[in-house]
Amino acid sequence: MTAQSVEFSVTINARPTKILAHPGKRLSDALRTDLGLIGTKVGCDAGDCGACTVLIDGEPQCACLTPLSHVADREIATVEGLSADQLAPVQEAFLRHGAAQCGICTPGMLMAATALLANNPSPTPDQAEEALSGVLCRCTGYRKIIAAVCDVRDQHEKRLMPSAGHAVGAPVERLDGRQKVDGTEIFGADYRPSDALYVHVIRSPYHAAQFKFGDLAEFVESTPGVEAVFTADDIQGENVFGVIPPFADQPALAKDQARFMGEAVALVVGDQDFLTAMDLAPFPVVWTEIEANLDPLVAQTDKAPDIHSGRPNNVLITGNVKTGDPAAALSKAAHIVRGEMTTSFVEHAYIEPEAGSAWVDGEALVIQACTQAPYMDRADTARVLGLDPEKIRIIPTATGGGFGSKIDVSIQPLLGLVALKTGRPCHIVYTRSESMASTTKRHPGIMRASIGADTNGKIVGMHFDGDFDTGAYASWGPTVANRVPVHASGPYKTPNYLAQARAVHTNGPVSGAFRGFGVPQAASLQETLYDELAEKCGIDPLEFRRINALQDGDTSVCGQEMQGVGIRECLDALVPHWNAAKLAAVEFNRSSTTIKRGVGVASCWYGCGNTSLSNPSTIRLGITADGRLLLHQGAVDIGQGSNTVIPQICADALGLPLDQFELIGADTALTPDCGKTSASRQTFVTGKAAMLAGQELRRKILRMSNMSSDAVITLQDGKLTVAEQSTTREIKLDDLPSGEHGYVLHAEETYDPPTTPLDENGQGKPYAVYGYGAQMAEVEVDIKLGAVKVTNIVAAHDLGRVINPLLAEGQIEGGIAQGLGMALMEEYVPGRTANLHDYLIPTIGDMPPVQSILIEKTDPEGPMGAKGLGEHVLIPTAPAILNGIRHASGAKLTKLPALPHRVLRAIQEAKAPK
Amino acid sequence: MKDSGLAHYFRPTDLGLALDWLSDNEARVAAGCTDLLAATTAPQLSGPVLDVTAIQNLRGISKDDRYWRFGATTTWTDVIRADLPPAFDSLKLAAREVGSQQIQNAGTLAGNLCNASPAADGVPCWLTLDAQIELKSKHTTRVLPLSSFLNGPRQTELATDEIVSAILVPQTSAGGRSSFLKFGARKYLIISIAMVAARITENRGVVSEIAISVGSCGAVATRLTELEAALNGQPLLGIETRITDVMIENAIDPIDDLRSDAVSRKIAASELVRRCIASLGQDPVASA
Repeated sequence: MTAQSVEFSVTINARPTKILAHPGKRLSDALRTDLGLIGTKVGCDAGDCGACTVLIDGEPQCACLTPLSHVADREIATVEGLSADQLAPVQEAFLRHGAAQCGICTPGMLMAATALLANNPSPTPDQAEEALSGVLCRCTGYRKIIAAVCDVRDQHEKRLMPSAGHAVGAPVERLDGRQKVDGTEIFGADYRPSDALYVHVIRSPYHAAQFKFGDLAEFVESTPGVEAVFTADDIQGENVFGVIPPFADQPALAKDQARFMGEAVALVVGDQDFLTAMDLAPFPVVWTEIEANLDPLVAQTDKAPDIHSGRPNNVLITGNVKTGDPAAALSKAAHIVRGEMTTSFVEHAYIEPEAGSAWVDGEALVIQACTQAPYMDRADTARVLGLDPEKIRIIPTATGGGFGSKIDVSIQPLLGLVALKTGRPCHIVYTRSESMASTTKRHPGIMRASIGADTNGKIVGMHFDGDFDTGAYASWGPTVANRVPVHASGPYKTPNYLAQARAVHTNGPVSGAFRGFGVPQAASLQETLYDELAEKCGIDPLEFRRINALQDGDTSVCGQEMQGVGIRECLDALVPHWNAAKLAAVEFNRSSTTIKRGVGVASCWYGCGNTSLSNPSTIRLGITADGRLLLHQGAVDIGQGSNTVIPQICADALGLPLDQFELIGADTALTPDCGKTSASRQTFVTGKAAMLAGQELRRKILRMSNMSSDAVITLQDGKLTVAEQSTTREIKLDDLPSGEHGYVLHAEETYDPPTTPLDENGQGKPYAVYGYGAQMAEVEVDIKLGAVKVTNIVAAHDLGRVINPLLAEGQIEGGIAQGLGMALMEEYVPGRTANLHDYLIPTIGDMPPVQSILIEKTDPEGPMGAKGLGEHVLIPTAPAILNGIRHASGAKLTKLPALPHRVLRAIQEAKAPK
Repeated sequence: MKDSGLAHYFRPTDLGLALDWLSDNEARVAAGCTDLLAATTAPQLSGPVLDVTAIQNLRGISKDDRYWRFGATTTWTDVIRADLPPAFDSLKLAAREVGSQQIQNAGTLAGNLCNASPAADGVPCWLTLDAQIELKSKHTTRVLPLSSFLNGPRQTELATDEIVSAILVPQTSAGGRSSFLKFGARKYLIISIAMVAARITENRGVVSEIAISVGSCGAVATRLTELEAALNGQPLLGIETRITDVMIENAIDPIDDLRSDAVSRKIAASELVRRCIASLGQDPVASA
């Protein structure tokens, strides 16, 4: 293939193998492209994430940093070699413990674990932690991985699948788990059509610049391996995309002007080996850097030009909630606290960079890529390419983490453009740095608030004002601006309230959706101020929150009468842990001078689904003439578990056992629209559609057999049997006419949460369902170095109805890991931290043990009482840690993350005489 | 297929052959590749490359009357598993914190030095061991003190026709006990905010030899000679109480960057020096 290919003999998974390739080729690349062993994943190509860990002569190494020459005549073990017909015990343990969520880090984790277990079959948690410390995971919070590695058994009882009617509430192993542990799962980068063109993106090296292309035709002509170049001029549709159509403003390829560092301006298309090895510096583009505006406060002044016309002072939108008379209430408050908090860009840092392929199939453009929102991808891609959406098919691959950023399109319109223009299949894999530079971030917030209480410690009023840096384009800025004022009160009775949040454009990276849409930022201010206010009131921080917790029948700051409010129950559940931890801290601090312990608590609430906007899901369910039961499940499972939870709900609604369900999708050609995997909406919204579809199919079967609702249905041997007391009736399926979608029996139901628009004061019913939670963090602060270690977290979350406790715990632990990262280490600086060694996410050693307490305060609207959970879990973590730091050391942090030097300064400020 | 422009990748087993080739070819010297491949997004190391990992006798740890000799391509895992006297405990501790186990299994001692990062984990330890760098070219062998070999971030004395063949530690500097502390914002996979290595030899409870160095607090890691002079000859027990911040701060020149600010780095360096020295002074053992 290349100028200097050499034949290497290696043994791979005990099989002698020859590879003809360049001796300096990355082993990861040789395994994946030359040998088709796609189980070894690539997350960074820099040794930072460990996803590509393989064993070389039994020792773990990063395949991405291993040149092929180094493995000549050696033995390599990859995830494909762990199992044959049966999974290896370590793989079974991963499934049993829910240690794989999205699955992208799983092969690396499994290989590191395999090296450990070969020498130490019964490791301790500390030994497991040490052995796995070179592999990053962004989903699980690591604790279930440690538990799995410490519980690898040759023989164990396989957990039985629940019987009919008992799926909901059962700790079912994820139904799509096997392919995540055996290396066969197909992520975005794992399928490449055989003759695919490779797509390389030319990006702006400046925060703001004008640019002009030189002679592109000459470049194509003279550059080996390059077949074509495409720019904005090649786009035939409307060159804008955006998750909220009225605000769509982002070009797929910028024209003349780049508004952020990393913005795509052109595509170079050609042979993959050439393009990835080539120095593209000669690409003919001339940049003229212009003054960038990176400060959202300056952006709102006359000093900064408007980045988008029609958005004066760079304010995209202002969200607003007002009730009562907060000014009067605060002026009369017995106790008042005021504070500020500034947060940073936070990168999603999923281990899978964006990747996928596209091809033309007859009349249809097919795009197969990682995503959280196939139908939105279809709409945005259709808009950019000027196609009828029906002419585009989106096939989501497994998605190696999303957390909000894979809702917006990234590669989809680019792949579509190339496939249409060339008529050939094409493939793209973002590098780690371009994934980080070009996709969305959590909005940095600059927030101020005042909160007042009366002499009894009851909140009388609150004022909140926040500026959120939405970066160069709108993305989810409007959602953040609207969600924050609705939630900034926290789950507390706040009779007088004024909250404003502005989404402000800068030349920073585009801020979009990230688990919580601005609410974690706002909670970091409100919940830390609550501690100060509790102190002023002379009330214990947990008790203070219990006093003010919303209860059923209370009205929210939006004037919504709340039902199924579980915050009080969550706080109550923490009481014994809180009391014990406080005592333990006092005891510890008596004899420790350098390390000080503290305990902090914080709450959350979060509305599930879109804010006052329609967001329906549709579920189809059918039975075939030969007796198969198929569920068209379009809620993309990005690791959170919708492929398991949605069938669980549907199974019990229908009354058939879970293991009879076959899953179809997600795929826009095969599954109806289940909306985006976002806003903690899938268990609630798609779950309710699945419940309704299951119930409807059950009704049809009962009607056909003329039985009552108590009848028991079984599906076996091509027939349905319906039994009630002494009566049994059979429906022979192949006697029935084949109807719509080829089913002899089917149901399709849509659910859209009942909300109402918010008025000019933000009053209305923004969400139909809310979830609640409270977390307690125990921390140790090294007061000489400013280092913070979180030693334990207890998390009580109200899920309404627990559909799957195993997966729920996984969500809690994973959300806490991201909250911990946001609190202590995560700070994206454009142009400087676009990699996983300068941008820090928690490692396995940073995650404390987590005790999850699942509260079930039934929701009247949610399916079987269930509420959302995915984002709630992240919200209380950072403020609980901040409150713990202050309790331990007196340090009051006003800027996140609380890196050691910031903590050190805050400790010094706390000690300084006032 | 048009010519890819990929140049030569040479991986000899013989040192003489390697040096011959290097004298005729301008090439990058590759060892564990944990830095070289991390620095590119290309699917392979672009050439020309001299890969020294197959050269016999370049890997491994040995000693003679005068020196401990650490072959250039000795990996960090080799160090962790080697039977070494307590003076090398700091090096072993540092080895365990170089990237991850995956990196330690591939990354080499010489590569760590040639990469010349101000945050190279091995450097503070080698400085306390008075390490010398053996450089070989086709015609010459020369030995430089490590402090002369490292010129600044990504800058060394290595000539284009030379490779580092070994790191030498004089037997006279391999006495006493040592320790290493690395400080960062998370537990694993750290590029340090500051790090400290120290080695102390004692005689009847009195410090007879002391070496202290600080890394990540300047363009290159540095020895704290003023502080060493002040502590030498003092009683070991409680020796950390004799440390003054100014002696440390005068010797280092930290910068503000993403990981920390300079002021906090100075504070951290002082505190780490105290802790490192205290850990060596806490449990005095009778000198041999």
